[in-house]
Amino acid sequence: MQQVVSGLASGGIYALLALALVIIHRSTGVINFAQGEMATLSAYIAWTLTANHGWSYWPAFVATLALSFGGGVVTHRAVIRPVERGSVLRIVIVTIGLLIAINGFVVWQWSGEPQQLKSPFPSDTIDIGGVIVSVQDIGTIAVALGIVFLLWLLFQFTKVGLALRAVAVNPQEARLVGVRVTWMLALGWGLAAMLGAVAGMLTAPAVGLDPQMMQAILIYAFAAAVLGGIDSPVGAVVGGLTLGVLLNMLSYLSQYGLFDWFTEELRLPTALLIILVVLLVKPSGLFGRPEVKRV
Amino acid sequence: MKNLLELDEVEARYGPVQALHGISLTVGDGEVVAVLGANGAGKTTTLRAISGTVSRSGAIELDGKQLRAGPEAAARAGIAHVPEGRGTFVDLTVNENLRLGAYTRRDRGVKADIERVAEYFPWLTDRGDQRAGTLSGGEQQMLALARALMSRPRLLLLDEPSLGLAPMVVREFFRVVRELNEKEGLTVLVVEQDARIALSISRRAYVLEVGRVALAGTSDELRGDESVRRSYLGY
Repeated sequence: MQQVVSGLASGGIYALLALALVIIHRSTGVINFAQGEMATLSAYIAWTLTANHGWSYWPAFVATLALSFGGGVVTHRAVIRPVERGSVLRIVIVTIGLLIAINGFVVWQWSGEPQQLKSPFPSDTIDIGGVIVSVQDIGTIAVALGIVFLLWLLFQFTKVGLALRAVAVNPQEARLVGVRVTWMLALGWGLAAMLGAVAGMLTAPAVGLDPQMMQAILIYAFAAAVLGGIDSPVGAVVGGLTLGVLLNMLSYLSQYGLFDWFTEELRLPTALLIILVVLLVKPSGLFGRPEVKRV
Repeated sequence: MKNLLELDEVEARYGPVQALHGISLTVGDGEVVAVLGANGAGKTTTLRAISGTVSRSGAIELDGKQLRAGPEAAARAGIAHVPEGRGTFVDLTVNENLRLGAYTRRDRGVKADIERVAEYFPWLTDRGDQRAGTLSGGEQQMLALARALMSRPRLLLLDEPSLGLAPMVVREFFRVVRELNEKEGLTVLVVEQDARIALSISRRAYVLEVGRVALAGTSDELRGDESVRRSYLGY
């Protein structure tokens, strides 16, 4: 049970980053390879605010979200939009370039030395009905699900959310009813950057803040997004949580002789295996609708 | 009748291919005007030039004011374009489609308008939560029209509404358009392959040939014209 809770905590982080990937993929049809590095950059900003400027965690959290949102919007306007009319390959290459550029910037600005972003939650454990769980894990799950819930409210019940969904379904039509499509795409990048920022700020306290910290998590997020269906927000969340619990259960069972070949080093290959199997067996994932190509 | 829409020597191109070679036409306030012509004559492109979905040159005035480029500007100026082949958001519900139709509006009357529009399409009322993609072709075309009405348009552009629909559905569609014109004074510019049904609701019509206006007149005159009868009415 403990393992399930801590699996849900890491799964919640995968879910946030997977959701960011899905939002951008739905509206622009590309995978943003820089999503992980953008999250790392956000975590460093939060660290600078707390460690160097003496901010307490939650104000820094909110400020980092705002900065990340703005950064996402600017990234779309300045970097992605100029190549958007080109082939998908061009945009993908640009996002890979962005990955390298942001990683380089982070190392240049903060050096490669690991830092410690403090956690907003105490490192205690509590007893919930006989199950000992860490407050850290519970807090992480709560923040992740809270953010997902807020996003759902935005998409489902606001005019902007409706316009964002309309752009994802049919951009030409959306323009005809007067939606400013390029701004909606920029907004999507802003939201994705914000989700990444939350993922980054939740990851850093657990694994230590360093420029490479999100690279493995991005792979898990890919696996989660593919598992759930790359165009399905619900799928991204379910996929993330499932993956988190699955990987933790494998680690746990290996200690008791079952799957005893499973070691920590196999977590990442397992995620890649999941990507491969899903793409081969059911490319639309658990919640995606199969792509229909008209000939 | 004062002119609501005025096109003066409008040209449009798709890359190197020029589709419109200087189209001039007018639509009076409260009038229904039809645009006829063979495939490739530039009918759809004319509507696209008006709604700003193709790049154009030449002057387009709506209500005496120069229309700015781009579909968002056209939508905000009060032009509702129902494109060829059911312009609905298939993954969104009927109600969400209708709300998107009112996207450019800032007033609070949107909910009341959904009910007002549903008076023309009674079946819409209990299917608000159904995904648009699950509707039949005819229902989707009606939904596209209903969505266009939600913007309270000054000018409604209809592109081949009869395409792929059963004759009975087509008649019902045009009956609603006629009723909207008569009851609410809605101005309509309709592009149609089916010249007979288009001329039955329009007051005037233009015939396009390879990107130019070949013939213009009242619908009665065109119905009597020998060449129109032979080419487009088939008798």
